[in-house]
Amino acid sequence: MKRSVRIGCGAGFSADRLEPAVDLAQRGALDYLVFECLGERTMAFGHRDRMLDGSKGYNPHVGQRMRAVLPACRRNGTVIVTNMGAANPLAAAQLTVGIARELGLAGVKVACVEGDDVTRQIGPGTALQDCAGTVRDIALPVVGANAYLGVEALLPALRAGADVVIAGRVADPSLFLAPLAHRFGWALDDWQMLGCGTVAGHLLECGMQVTGGYFADPGFKDVPGLADCGYPIADVGFDGSLVVTKLPDTGGCVTTATVKEQLLYEVHDPAGYLTPDVTADFSRVTVEQVEADSVRVAGADGRRRPDNLKVTIGFDGGFLAEAGVSYAGPNAQARARLAGEVVWQRLSRNNALQGDLRIDMIGLNSLHGTARESATDCEDVRLRVALRARRREDIDTMLWEVESLLCCGPAGGGGYRGSVSPCVVTHSTLLPREQVRPTLRMFTA
Amino acid sequence: MSERLKVHDIAHARAGDKGDVSSISVWVYDPKDYPLLKRALTAERVAAAFPRLIRGGVTRYELDHLHGLNFVMRDALEGGVNASLNLDSHGKSFSYLILGLEIDPD
Repeated sequence: MKRSVRIGCGAGFSADRLEPAVDLAQRGALDYLVFECLGERTMAFGHRDRMLDGSKGYNPHVGQRMRAVLPACRRNGTVIVTNMGAANPLAAAQLTVGIARELGLAGVKVACVEGDDVTRQIGPGTALQDCAGTVRDIALPVVGANAYLGVEALLPALRAGADVVIAGRVADPSLFLAPLAHRFGWALDDWQMLGCGTVAGHLLECGMQVTGGYFADPGFKDVPGLADCGYPIADVGFDGSLVVTKLPDTGGCVTTATVKEQLLYEVHDPAGYLTPDVTADFSRVTVEQVEADSVRVAGADGRRRPDNLKVTIGFDGGFLAEAGVSYAGPNAQARARLAGEVVWQRLSRNNALQGDLRIDMIGLNSLHGTARESATDCEDVRLRVALRARRREDIDTMLWEVESLLCCGPAGGGGYRGSVSPCVVTHSTLLPREQVRPTLRMFTA
Repeated sequence: MSERLKVHDIAHARAGDKGDVSSISVWVYDPKDYPLLKRALTAERVAAAFPRLIRGGVTRYELDHLHGLNFVMRDALEGGVNASLNLDSHGKSFSYLILGLEIDPD
């Protein structure tokens, strides 16, 4: 049994940076390099991509990431674990095998973990967990549904000696917990150890959010070298304690403050954090600075895992369009406000328009406007109009109306931009874990 | 005294989201300010400060040994990332709503 395992995180979301991950692969002396690249909405976008082209649906950067880190990982004996398979793990695995061959890395073993796609088990009568009602009540087409798999789905791939493990919807911390359980031989009902490994995964899963990203507040929380922030590394001991750190000569910082902020990120009850593997208890975790950019974390616990697996269902929500015009100088606020009233009047008059409309003013109330009103003498204000609609013609009507303000609206408006993006809506349900069967396929380059 | 003390003067915070639930952890820089934070920043205070935004309940969890509070606010993301047309549909910036609250040091 190993005394410690060294895990790095090379991505905390689908569009995360590449070059610090290459640095980790080259200089990190890692046992495992994890890329966590899935959110509820990125998963749904993966399903949409796959519907349009059956060979797609995986993370769009999987090719670039694999090409950039595979040679160093092969050389250093670092195993890659990722959920970049998204809605099409098989295609991502085949792409990776092809890249390994191109790079001359014959013999690289690529594992493809599937079974998270439970779309066929979801019907109109499926009850939702996050709101009242059923799938039918959402009244939008289902694009796909995925269960959150846990370590049980990944362990067979690690035991089979995979160099790269590519999965779809696996719970974020499970991507880190699986290598730990594998290397330390933790039993799958050793709730305390699974709780410790889940803390390690939770701290690392958002990448730089524990090394100085999403943290800096100049003059209050200064972060050195933020432009060249390094990704995190955890040295995890067989007793479940860990040290969070990063590579020397990278930007960012690892302090008790960065670790504490990440410890409770997206956590509700610190004593009951649910994953497919364990009900983790972070409430008595200790956080201690042991040296510069090294923080020791210990004392996590756990209780029995939930009986049901969470499932995210993605729906096609049509389009989201945003358009804006800016006003600056004397009386800018009044002119922007008038522009918004004109758009509101004209779109309200158009009874055929179906969708949700929002109008606000960037510089005054676009982020916190619902919560509070703040007086400001800001003289640089942007009208923002947002519309979510199923029909493209409604979207185009809104964009045209905002652009027309250039000649038909208040004085001095400039800088019209409009954009349209696809919109997905997600809801969750629960499935008994027996109804979800992970599968494994192995490929060799 | 010119300006009143704000939470931002003594603490830092991070916001996360799950559906229509916003969770914000707040941590004091100096442990000696923790009793003040705990006394001033109650769940009721947070709920009362933003009645139009937080339409569900507010629960406060306390991590005394780490000098931090975790606020879980239900029905607080204008419908959540699916429904909200807020430019910041995840409510990432909402940590600074709490940091902007004034507190009475007495």
